[in-house]
Amino acid sequence: MRHIISLQLENESGALSRVAGLFSARGFNIESLTVAPTNDETLSRMTIVSIGDDNIIEQIVKQLDKLIDVVTVTNLTATEHIERELVLVKIDVDPSSQAEIDKHIDEYGGKIVDVSEDTYTVEVAGKSQRVNDFLEAIDALKILEVSRTGVTGVCQKREY
Amino acid sequence: MKLNGAQILVNCLQNEGVEHIFGYPGGAVLHIYDALDACDNIAHILVRHEQGAVHGADGYARVSGKCGVALVTSGPGLTNAVTGIATAHMDSIPMVVISGQVSSAVIGNDAFQEVDAVGITRSCVKHNFLVKDINDLANVVKKAFHIATTGRPGPVLIDITKDTTIAEIEFDGYPKSINMRSYQPEIKVDAGQIDKAVALIMQAKKPIVYSGGGSVIGNASEVLRSFTRNTNFPITQTLMGLGAYPATDAQSLGMLGMHGTYEANMAMHDSDCVIAVGARFDDRITGNLDKFCPYAKIIHIDIDPSSVGKTVAIDVAIIGQVNDALNALIQALKDKKLANIDAWWKQIEEWRSVDSMAYQTKSGVIKPQSVIEALYEVTQGEAIVTSDVGQHQMWAAQYYPFDKPRRWINSGGLGTMGFGLPAAMGAKLADPKADVACVTGEGSIQMMLQELSTMLQYNTPVKIINLNNGYLGMVRQWQEFFYEKRYAMSYMDALPDFVKLAESYGHIGIKVEKEQDLKPALIEAFKQKDRTVFVDILTDPSENVFPMIPSGAGHHEMLLAGRDEMASTNDEGLHLV
Ligand SMILES: Cc1cc2nc3c(=O)[nH]c(=O)nc-3n(C[C@H](O)[C@H](O)[C@H](O)COP(=O)(O)OP(=O)(O)OC[C@H]3O[C@@H](n4cnc5c(N)ncnc54)[C@H](O)[C@@H]3O)c2cc1C
Ligand SMILES: Cc1ncc(C[n+]2csc(CCOP(=O)(O)OP(=O)(O)O)c2C)c(N)n1
Ligand SMILES: [Mg+2]
Repeated sequence: MRHIISLQLENESGALSRVAGLFSARGFNIESLTVAPTNDETLSRMTIVSIGDDNIIEQIVKQLDKLIDVVTVTNLTATEHIERELVLVKIDVDPSSQAEIDKHIDEYGGKIVDVSEDTYTVEVAGKSQRVNDFLEAIDALKILEVSRTGVTGVCQKREY
Repeated sequence: MKLNGAQILVNCLQNEGVEHIFGYPGGAVLHIYDALDACDNIAHILVRHEQGAVHGADGYARVSGKCGVALVTSGPGLTNAVTGIATAHMDSIPMVVISGQVSSAVIGNDAFQEVDAVGITRSCVKHNFLVKDINDLANVVKKAFHIATTGRPGPVLIDITKDTTIAEIEFDGYPKSINMRSYQPEIKVDAGQIDKAVALIMQAKKPIVYSGGGSVIGNASEVLRSFTRNTNFPITQTLMGLGAYPATDAQSLGMLGMHGTYEANMAMHDSDCVIAVGARFDDRITGNLDKFCPYAKIIHIDIDPSSVGKTVAIDVAIIGQVNDALNALIQALKDKKLANIDAWWKQIEEWRSVDSMAYQTKSGVIKPQSVIEALYEVTQGEAIVTSDVGQHQMWAAQYYPFDKPRRWINSGGLGTMGFGLPAAMGAKLADPKADVACVTGEGSIQMMLQELSTMLQYNTPVKIINLNNGYLGMVRQWQEFFYEKRYAMSYMDALPDFVKLAESYGHIGIKVEKEQDLKPALIEAFKQKDRTVFVDILTDPSENVFPMIPSGAGHHEMLLAGRDEMASTNDEGLHLV
């Protein structure tokens, strides 16, 4: 099953490589990983999406917790949570396909963030599945470049 | 007081109560050596190879229970130390390793003797630090010792840039305490889990205690004894746990696992309630996971949550110190009535009567098992025994019953050949009054021989018991069993004359070729209290370690000496080591 694991870690050099190294050393799978500072400048937030059975996810959570730089670990999938991912897609547009592409952008609440002579750059945000669906809706031949941020998320309760 | 970084480091080490440092100098640590030279309450042991320094600190830590300390230079100094660090990591040994690093201004430039020490060691330390700012130094040292010695212990590396050791600041003393929000190693035992465990224990008709290295690390011998006394449960121990519970006690079933006793493995297999105490269900223990403890409810006491449920599904997990958990169980069981286990003991005694440790003697050859038995006799079971890795290691574990903890010092998790000799040196420094024996093989001893020289310089007399079978015996055994006797590269055509070799290092060498010379030679060796003696004993080259659970088999499928001479394995087993 797909799990979203959210970490707070000490904002120290090397903390990211400890987490990444743990996944490769123990053969855990990573679908996506995002990391950025938080409102507390001493902490970073990292969100990892991994796929594995319950035992593996339990080991991943325990092994992450064991890392000295990790302050908290939460398996968001186990609680009520919000997940979001953003994608930037560069799309080949010509007069014959433009209407169709506009329709999809509309349907997925996308935004055209840049327009050149014959391309759009479109931003779509939402659950990963929504991003997947959008990318599937667009004719594959028209997609020039895709850049996804990976999933980030928060737990819905006030505290966890 | 204005101090440079090197002086601050030495000051911190003094404050930590460090008395011995095992190390080797080089450019990046010259300032540290300069400061160390001016300090007269820390003894520095100048080894001959950095791996020896780390194993030395490791042996010292295992015997004393204190944190071992090693000091190495940047680049090759650090890379030489890595095997030692990984060895300590696998066996959860408290240790701080200090390495020099090139100056912060040139980090990343492929500078002379630069390696990414933090990167290279990341997966084999409990934690590591790179110090580039002298203002961080004292705090990092405090954290390093705190992390290395608390919770599940382990090695911590502090990599210090040369400019940090040269810079000066006003030093206002070593921090008294440290609080780390991201590291809270002391976990209180959960009462609910104790209740669940008690319920299982009360119903158990075929209980067994499976105790491991955590009982040694957690100094749990006494409580372990109370627990087994109160319950009358049988107990088996892992290779790393030996000595925490007295091997000569009637309730002890000896070691379990691949080369464990018949009674221990059969009892594990048939048990309905396994109480794992500071043990991590290693693959040498479990054998084929599908066949492991098929009937048992499993209670697991461990300080490290990630040890629980890692390889084997657990019924009740008690996270915390061995002592706390066992004390809580003892307390909770006080006025409870346990199930009658007489029938279980009767069954166990039947298994015991199989006498799985029996071995056949042959006139004209010295059996390696008999060497260990003689060693036990001559030292009256009171020696500290370090070991290298191979068949000799298993025989030492099987035929030298340890009654006290911290006397059996070996590399279990990594299985590092070369560990034994420097570890013996560290052991002798930790406990100068004890007799220290290093049980080794002609293969292993050649991996760290150079430390014989260090041992002369620092006068750390140990007795080297070389079970010289002419083969990389453990490898040969597997080739005999699983590779149709194709002995690829397990025989060394050339070996040194170990007697002359010992003599050239300033020690005593004794060669033993005949059975009748064995005991007198050992007696003579141990009489030489102040000398290191190398006893080179020619043992039966064809002897194998039994009992044995072949890879891929279950506990009940073990092979016994003389009864199942030829082992075999299945395709699945061949994929395992
Ligand atoms: C050639 C060879 C053959 C081997 N054959 C065998 C064999 O037949 N049988 C065998 O047993 N081993 C054998 N081994 C050793 C094996 O590889 C493992 O090293 C060993 O089984 C692990 O022992 P352990 O489970 O006690 O764990 P350790 O590695 O000692 O781990 C200790 C556990 O206790 C926990 N712990 C630590 N401190 C505390 C505390 N204070 N409180 C609570 N918990 C704590 C830790 O978190 C950890 O989970 C062999 C090794 C070699 C090299
Ligand atoms: C550094 C290292 N290299 C290789 C091995 C694999 N290995 C395990 S036991 C063994 C043979 C050891 O030979 P020896 O020291 O003579 O002991 P014996 O088995 O003959 O008693 C080898 C090569 C190891 N454990 N460590
Ligand atoms: Mg040998």
